[in-house]
Amino acid sequence: MNGEAFAAFAPFTLLSAVTIMVMLLIAIHRNHHLTALSTIIGLLLCCVALPFADPASPTQVTPLFTIDGTALFYSGLVLGSALIIAILSYAYLDGSTPGPREEYYLLLLTATLGAALLPASVHFASFFLGLETLSISLLGLIAYASPRGTAAEAGTKYLILGGASSAFLLFGMALIYADLGTMSFTRIGTLAHAGNQTDLYRLVGVAMILTGVGFKLSLVPFHMWTPDIYEGAPAPITGFVAVVSKIAVFAIILRYFILAEGPEDASLRAGLAAIAILSMLGGNLLALLQNNVKRLLAYSSIAHLGYLLVAFLAAGPLGIEAAAYYLAAYAVTSLGAFGIVALLSTPGSGRDADRIEDYRGLFRTRPFLAGSLALMLLSLAGMPPTMGFIGKFYLIVSGVGAGLFWPVAALVIGSVIGLYYYLRVLVAMAMPVPAERDAAPPDAAPLFGNAVIALLLVLLLALGTYPAPAIALIRMTVGATSW
Amino acid sequence: MSLLWLLLVPAIGGLLAWAAGARHPDWPRWIALATLTIDLLIALALIGPAMSSGQTAWIASLDRPWIPQLGISFELDLDGLSLVLILLTIVLSLISVVISWTEITDRVGLFHANLLWTTTGVIGVFLALDLFLFFFFWELMLVPMYFLIALWGHEDRFYAAIKFVIFTQGSSLIMLVAILMLVFVHQQAAGHFTFNYLTLLGTKLNPAMEFWLMLGFFIAFAVKLPAVPFHTWLPDAHTEAPTAGSVLLAGILLKTGAYGLLRFVVPLFPDAAHEFAPIAMALGVISILYGALLAFGQNDMKRLVAYSSVSHMGFVLLGIFAWNTLALQGVVIQMLAHGISTGALFILVGALQERIHTRDMRLMGGLWGVIPRLSAFGMVFAIASLGLPGLGNFIGEFLILLGSFRASVVFTVIAAGGLVAGAAYALLLVQRAFHGRASPHPGAATLIDLTPPHLAVMGGLVLAIIGLGLYPQPVFDQVAPGLAVLQHEGASPEAAPTMEP
Repeated sequence: MNGEAFAAFAPFTLLSAVTIMVMLLIAIHRNHHLTALSTIIGLLLCCVALPFADPASPTQVTPLFTIDGTALFYSGLVLGSALIIAILSYAYLDGSTPGPREEYYLLLLTATLGAALLPASVHFASFFLGLETLSISLLGLIAYASPRGTAAEAGTKYLILGGASSAFLLFGMALIYADLGTMSFTRIGTLAHAGNQTDLYRLVGVAMILTGVGFKLSLVPFHMWTPDIYEGAPAPITGFVAVVSKIAVFAIILRYFILAEGPEDASLRAGLAAIAILSMLGGNLLALLQNNVKRLLAYSSIAHLGYLLVAFLAAGPLGIEAAAYYLAAYAVTSLGAFGIVALLSTPGSGRDADRIEDYRGLFRTRPFLAGSLALMLLSLAGMPPTMGFIGKFYLIVSGVGAGLFWPVAALVIGSVIGLYYYLRVLVAMAMPVPAERDAAPPDAAPLFGNAVIALLLVLLLALGTYPAPAIALIRMTVGATSW
Repeated sequence: MSLLWLLLVPAIGGLLAWAAGARHPDWPRWIALATLTIDLLIALALIGPAMSSGQTAWIASLDRPWIPQLGISFELDLDGLSLVLILLTIVLSLISVVISWTEITDRVGLFHANLLWTTTGVIGVFLALDLFLFFFFWELMLVPMYFLIALWGHEDRFYAAIKFVIFTQGSSLIMLVAILMLVFVHQQAAGHFTFNYLTLLGTKLNPAMEFWLMLGFFIAFAVKLPAVPFHTWLPDAHTEAPTAGSVLLAGILLKTGAYGLLRFVVPLFPDAAHEFAPIAMALGVISILYGALLAFGQNDMKRLVAYSSVSHMGFVLLGIFAWNTLALQGVVIQMLAHGISTGALFILVGALQERIHTRDMRLMGGLWGVIPRLSAFGMVFAIASLGLPGLGNFIGEFLILLGSFRASVVFTVIAAGGLVAGAAYALLLVQRAFHGRASPHPGAATLIDLTPPHLAVMGGLVLAIIGLGLYPQPVFDQVAPGLAVLQHEGASPEAAPTMEP
């Protein structure tokens, strides 16, 4: 490793250092406020360090990682989202939870480390290590010190299904390694395209990798775990699963397919198109039946990942840009939505505020949070003037440009179905407060929790009405990457 | 710049009204009145001739880069057609504020915010000449309208509001796909990516592609218009909406559909539109007759007015696809007259419901003796609605029939039957509600007649509809250059002879 490589890798090194420091801090002095504060500051520093790491050209850091515009963009999204989740977690945990709360931040940091490294990985080893660091930390977070039975259930489910999906992933990688004798994405691409005949080993390997990744991205038909885990996990962690892990896994799989597989393979494309269409329709249809907001958002996230696959299938510069913008929009919107759920919940009370009845009359009792949630839901539904509108527009642009008739049709149908359940929540919030609930308004959310939501709201509206700066940034980073 | 202010004033007014709602329920009302008055003054100041004679008919333009990476600009252009429709929009919004003064007492700030934002969206639709910007406003007006219906509506409001949103959203996404395909076809031919309407106008398309793209646009606008068979959302939405919501829906939201057909469908796809004209005209005729027939069968007064809208907008569809000067002039007048007369009827139904708490005409009767002023206005607008000469609707329907006679004798003859059906339902309304035996409704004797604000609004609307009926020439003068340009762009080469008046 030379100096340039060290400089390019600095944000990740910094994140590892922050993790170790927080661990030592807990050992020396156990204090919730202090741990949370150092985690937040550490993540903030990593975010600030990212632009300085931007190398003039893609920099290879050991055979495992390449730091380029794409890596920095997606790692930036991961770090930014993790920062927001850390702040929301502090607001969430600061309430009444008894028992140790400090290790939560440690797990949050290790999960973030794994997630942040994935977009830069160009090798099966770093792919798997990053993913496992992320998943194993998440496992602890999902079941973290909660008096609720559902959290333990969700944790166990995630453990078993996550383990199964990792096994698929590993087996797939092993098959490809057995076939080609290399684990570097670029080498796989070169070798695979050198031989002309379809290679059964490799095809099965790719299918198994896709299965493993399908679990992590909760695409239909690998989505069964999603609603239970979204419901059982504490609300900020639900946000983490929905946003950070999805961004990281999507970024690595995008890189893998571009470098190693190429977009030409017809059978692979057909399979992906089928998964996309099933996810868009299935996610939206199942969401119609939900009376629990966290489960509803879980199904909606299945649909959103399906939408995202349209850009993935479209490939080309437009598709890659569209995916980047959509993921950014999805991150802002989902963080906002789960953040508001977290701020409305009291962690000690046995369950989060996740039933639709809990949201009745919210416009009267908590007007700011209700207004923000309304805009977040409109963004998920793809209505202006929000980022979700521009994002969906961008996806349709890429899909139409690539001539993907069926996926675009499914996207349109899915969006129309989606409107119904998002608007249901909106209407519930606008209804009168139910009489049986005690008239005293609940405690106001902590100021910094509201501040984070306000920040996300500003982003949502500003980049929803004037997206040019975001698109310029995407062109500068993701768009400038030569594959 | 005044075009930007035209949009910003109601948008900012909405925010202010929302914020002020927490202080005093009257503040949002005054803020809404003030901002709409300012907006009206801005729009009135724009009345005048086009900037330059010749091929363009723009009175004012504004063009700023918006998303340059995707060839999207913030382009607003105003011609006479847009101006007339914007004036209608602002006036009807002002009226909506006045008539909601006593009806809406709940969440007043949010109500006026949504009202003003709907107005913003509609004005944007009438101004935008970048297809993406147009789509942006097209979607933008949907959400506040949804809230107006869902939050302040009547019994079945959630069902009606969701039906409204799903119909319009589904069709507009189809339009988005069509817009994008047009943009990509243009990119392949010209090499650059643009959403600019004027640049896309001359795009060469092969006939099959042109037809499908035209259909994509047509469906979105036909849903909004609404034309049979896309009309089923309208009676529900109208019936359940609060009075102001019905006025806005009938008065201006439906006009965006007609405007879209005029501005986009025919000029962008002249050949396909010409080929499609018989089908579209047939749908128009069916809407005229079917709407009238259904209106005739209603007991709910608001539903009757809603179905009469379907019938009236059928004339608009017929006129647009006849595509000659007479028919298009008729379309403009019909849109204005429908906005005024149907808006007025909805206001009267709303006022009636506030007094006797029902819209069911079986429970009414003999109201003339109790509330003569309201009943008299009701009769004036019912008669306007059936197309009595001397009132605005007559000019519109007459010109449309005159114009479409040149395009298709058969359709015109059948459509003329709609006038008879119109007379039937309009007179039935007057007969059942205002005449006959006194109402069996308890407490009918103590009803209060229209209050001074309502009287002022109604008086103004009566003057407007009479003015439009007796002297429509100023409107023709204002829209003529714009229509001429549209007609020139939308003229199908092979169809040129039949297009001449």
